[in-house]
Amino acid sequence: MGTVRRRGREPGVPVPLLVPAVLAVAFLVLPLAGLVIRAPWGELGPQLTSPAVGQALRLSLVSATAATGLSLVLGVPLAWVLARSRARGRSVLRALVTVPLVLPPVVGGVALFLVLGRQGIVGRWLDQALDVTVPFTTTAVVIAETFVAMPFLVISVEGALRAADARFEDAAATLGADRWTTFRRVTLPLVAPGIAAGAVLCWARALGEFGATITFAGNFPGTTQTMPLAVYLALQQDPDAAIVLSLVLLVVSVATLLLLRDRWLTRAVR
Amino acid sequence: MSLAADVRVDRGPLTVELDLEVADGEVLAVLGPNGAGKSTLLRVLAGLLPPDDGRVAVGRDTWDDVPAGVHVPAHERRLGMVFQDHLLFPHLSVTDNVAFGLRTRGVRRPAARAAAAEWLARVGIAELGDRRPGRLSGGQAQRAALARALVGEPALLLLDEPLSALDARTRLTVRAELRRHLADFPGSTVLVTHDPVDAMALADRVVVVEEGHVVQAGTPADVSRHPRTDYVARLVGLALLPGTGEGTTVRLDGGGRVAVAEETAGPVFVAVRPESVALWTTRPEGSPRNVWPARLVSATPHGSTVRCELDGEVALVADVTATAFAELGLAPGAPVWASVKASDVAVYAR
Repeated sequence: MGTVRRRGREPGVPVPLLVPAVLAVAFLVLPLAGLVIRAPWGELGPQLTSPAVGQALRLSLVSATAATGLSLVLGVPLAWVLARSRARGRSVLRALVTVPLVLPPVVGGVALFLVLGRQGIVGRWLDQALDVTVPFTTTAVVIAETFVAMPFLVISVEGALRAADARFEDAAATLGADRWTTFRRVTLPLVAPGIAAGAVLCWARALGEFGATITFAGNFPGTTQTMPLAVYLALQQDPDAAIVLSLVLLVVSVATLLLLRDRWLTRAVR
Repeated sequence: MSLAADVRVDRGPLTVELDLEVADGEVLAVLGPNGAGKSTLLRVLAGLLPPDDGRVAVGRDTWDDVPAGVHVPAHERRLGMVFQDHLLFPHLSVTDNVAFGLRTRGVRRPAARAAAAEWLARVGIAELGDRRPGRLSGGQAQRAALARALVGEPALLLLDEPLSALDARTRLTVRAELRRHLADFPGSTVLVTHDPVDAMALADRVVVVEEGHVVQAGTPADVSRHPRTDYVARLVGLALLPGTGEGTTVRLDGGGRVAVAEETAGPVFVAVRPESVALWTTRPEGSPRNVWPARLVSATPHGSTVRCELDGEVALVADVTATAFAELGLAPGAPVWASVKASDVAVYAR
């Protein structure tokens, strides 16, 4: 870290701020350090290559990626509507969209179950008309993760759209581009970095999803048992395995942070 | 293809009501201070903002007719627009920027790029086609923006403060080039600016807009010689004083009298050039027939002269040499005497 000095400001941090700040850092960093220290480095290899870990990791990566893809397809248009349309009730819509951000994921899982479960409003119809059952399948994992993670993408892309200069879209219109062409050829390329950042954030959130997944999709190895679920289960039977799985998730999180570093961390320092 | 527009737009406290006609090949400058409604007018003409009332027609095409419920959206209007800060798409090369309008209108990529290259050559930046706009100078970006607006052979060309993003030196060359391109352009051109020099240099006709309404219209020479509002007068550097002619004297509406060289009667404007105003610390004796006590409000250096704004019975602007200003030893608020020869005062009917 080191002291950042700015011209015209008194250097140094007042003690009443410094002490809590140091405590906060310790509070945030120590558990992660403990994880690294306590890791059974010797049996890391066998643990990582065990079929159970591989299965959970593969399922996590696939479902988080699918959830991110689904969020992109649905969320980017939604972000455009929130940022650009002049329709009334947009603030209500935004509030509704952000509810999953603050909602306990378990509640989300229950809600999904009530709608898409066999007795649910939509689920009953799916079951009878199409013979499709959603809960306790990998599809349910993707739906649960999308429900929880898509708002992150929407908010992030909407912010990028608002920050982008809408006059470029005016310029495109004077050059004969209708709104759809303008979106594809001007808006989308302009906010691409924002979309990428939102997608990474969404992916990380989906990867860590626990509550909604276990409620709506259950905990079946191979089909719905993602990494966080496997960690939770392993902690009760084989703590060392839980540590190894946690370590893997930590590495993925840090990698995500590094991907986002250029966009957010550097901006915060400036 | 001439433009005929008669529109009303309500923008909160400001109502913009303008009635304009621009012939083929004619350049109309809309001159006015910030917030006068100039940009609103351009957005309406471009189709980016629907007017609250009125009509816009170009040639035989009606673009807006509010009573009849007609509004042609921007992308269906045959127009080219140059924006204040050019707004070249940062993710496309200069050539692709210029080709953009042709591509959206269905021209195939090779043909569009060839046409774009030809226009880049016409505006003198043929070698910069592969660059990203971020790596262009202000003048180069302005040329690229002009090429992008003209490549589609629009019926109407709209220029929004096209030179204001440029530094003074570039401005001079780009202005001369722009003048040449505008002369070649067969359609109607509407140029919005707050810079009288741009308006005078580029336009065939000038309308001055203040608070949403036309306050004066005419040729550039006419507008600069006979300003009809304070704003125009200040722009062209004149002090404008309304009054009533009584032979070789004009009784000013704001109080005081001005001696003039020619006989007048009835409502007139008196215009005084800043360089014809002399300043004194004591009341001058002798020849000048117009002497007024005044107070110095502000002094701004302009090259080798200092522009002094005066307040008093008669509000004047004086340009004095820096040496003379130093010799007078004036500070803002200081009392001075201002004198003007009767033969240096322009007077014309209101």
